[in-house]
Amino acid sequence: MNMLKNFVSILSNSKLPVVLLALYSLCASMIATANSNIVIEVTEGVDSGIPIAIVPFAFKGLGVNVDQPAEVVSSNLNLSGRFDVIAQNTYLNQPSDLESVSFKDWRLIKAEYMVIGQIIDRGNNQFEVQYRLLDVFKEQQLLGRKYIVPANLVRKVAHQISDQVYEELIGKPGAFDTKLAYVVVQGQPPNRKYLLQVSDSDGYNPQTALTSVEPILSPTWSPDGAKLAYVSFEARRSMVIVQDITNGSRQRIAEFKGINSAPAWSPDGNRLALTLSKDGNTEIYVYNMASKQLQRITNHSAVDTEPAWTPDGRSLVFSSGRSGNPQIYTVSANGGTPQRLTFNGRYNAGAEVSPDGNYIVLITDQGNGYQVGLYSMQDRTVRVITDSRADESPSFSPNGDMIIYSTKRGGRNVMAAVSVDGQVQQTIETRGGSVREPAWSPYSRKLL
Amino acid sequence: MSNTKSLIGVLILSLAVAACGGRKKTDDLDVGSVNGVGGVAGDSGVATGVIGADGVYGTDINGNRITDGFNGKNAALLSKRKVYFEYDSSALTAEGQAIVQAHAEFLIGSPGVNVVLEGHTDERGTREYNLALGEERAKSVASVLQAYGVGSNRIQEVSYGEERPDAAGTDNAAYSLNRRVEILYQ
Repeated sequence: MNMLKNFVSILSNSKLPVVLLALYSLCASMIATANSNIVIEVTEGVDSGIPIAIVPFAFKGLGVNVDQPAEVVSSNLNLSGRFDVIAQNTYLNQPSDLESVSFKDWRLIKAEYMVIGQIIDRGNNQFEVQYRLLDVFKEQQLLGRKYIVPANLVRKVAHQISDQVYEELIGKPGAFDTKLAYVVVQGQPPNRKYLLQVSDSDGYNPQTALTSVEPILSPTWSPDGAKLAYVSFEARRSMVIVQDITNGSRQRIAEFKGINSAPAWSPDGNRLALTLSKDGNTEIYVYNMASKQLQRITNHSAVDTEPAWTPDGRSLVFSSGRSGNPQIYTVSANGGTPQRLTFNGRYNAGAEVSPDGNYIVLITDQGNGYQVGLYSMQDRTVRVITDSRADESPSFSPNGDMIIYSTKRGGRNVMAAVSVDGQVQQTIETRGGSVREPAWSPYSRKLL
Repeated sequence: MSNTKSLIGVLILSLAVAACGGRKKTDDLDVGSVNGVGGVAGDSGVATGVIGADGVYGTDINGNRITDGFNGKNAALLSKRKVYFEYDSSALTAEGQAIVQAHAEFLIGSPGVNVVLEGHTDERGTREYNLALGEERAKSVASVLQAYGVGSNRIQEVSYGEERPDAAGTDNAAYSLNRRVEILYQ
């Protein structure tokens, strides 16, 4: 709850910490931008989505504008590619409580499930949001919940409702109440600008966490969702920085001679795996956040980079050029002999491990350019899951269902998403620049 | 006339030395001042060159003359500040070797001058792997400089990976222009 309060206060606070560095204009802040500049489109969905009606919530006593939760829930469920949200203009009526529902009206328009709800203004910026998920055939309630929140959190509640409905009907947790971090690139040299932004999972409420005239790479979320680690070239060379996105404070973690890059948080949030070349060439290290101790993990003259943790926190996977071309290896997080994992494809790099540890998503070249591939820990092969040719930086949604990545379209980088089973594909259009390096946040802390 | 030859030699040398004042991204020849950074006349104690009767030549730290230092072929190579690489490789090509050798000889003859080697890649593959590959390329150039006797404390390597392409396209022509190390004097 505290994190949310801080987050909310940042939104309304216009005085923000500014970070030094003589020559370069850098602003570490959370500047709210009014509208979404991201539009997500499903380009391919499952053959038969679950037909569901999402009835506009009734607003009771409202003197203030709040988001209509039904719009957010409809959009989320449609975007998942697993639901068919029935068009609102076919609804015969719009009930907001159980007693007013005539189930045959909903069977008539072929709904299998429906969501109804209401928002009651309790005064003092307190809004009571209630919803119910109903089974149309069985004519019974499956879920019902009530929240009391300020106006600016109604949208977040709608994302939580989406998660609950998704989990109830699909059987797996949703990932709607989450955030995306990504890098926006605007303009051309010498006027190029890089922005590190954080938005809701649907692209709304983009906030700029950092503006720089030098590249920003590899943003990655801490497990508590409060911090981002990333690579910044603000000093005209690579440096790893950890930034608290609730208050804007920044900490330089690694600024050694050579490369400082590829940060990856351990699942317990206590350690950061890194790539450093300070000892002669790129190697993997593990940095302990509390003790600030560095432990060297690899020792090989070839490129070793892009560490990623397994969910048990005991191993790392990483890319290495030691066999002649980039392939994925695994090694104990305490150091040891790396074992090679990938053997098909002439290029395998950029690995991230799925939340259940069963898969690694990566970038692979199997002869058709650079594509997103899925490596199964079970059958030990890489399977290509996109048909684009210039993909990069794939990462998993926190429920392990979707993979978000960056690809090229019309000369710009854009984000896209694909489900692990390959059935759902989304394009994520961004206005105002080229967007790359998307990172999906962990689940945020639930509201009570 | 020997005076004209000397003057041209001085100008070429000044160009190389004047570049120390900042990043030069083009290969255009500027007319630098006769006393560029470091001073042709060696007034800073750094003997960057001597104007002799038969043209300009460089000297090593003991004042011994380096032959073929700065005239003819080496001047052309010295004016090249970018060394190019094959796909996914950090090995120097024959032309790359020749360019680096020319710069090595210049550096040997200019003991107060330091060099920054900036490594770059084309955009294919992941950004992080490309950051590492850019550094491998810079290190390749550095090791050739060191093999010719340039001290490692005078050489700094920086990698920008794929982040600063020279050419904007997505075809092989653009890619080959981006796989490079830039030699920048300080």
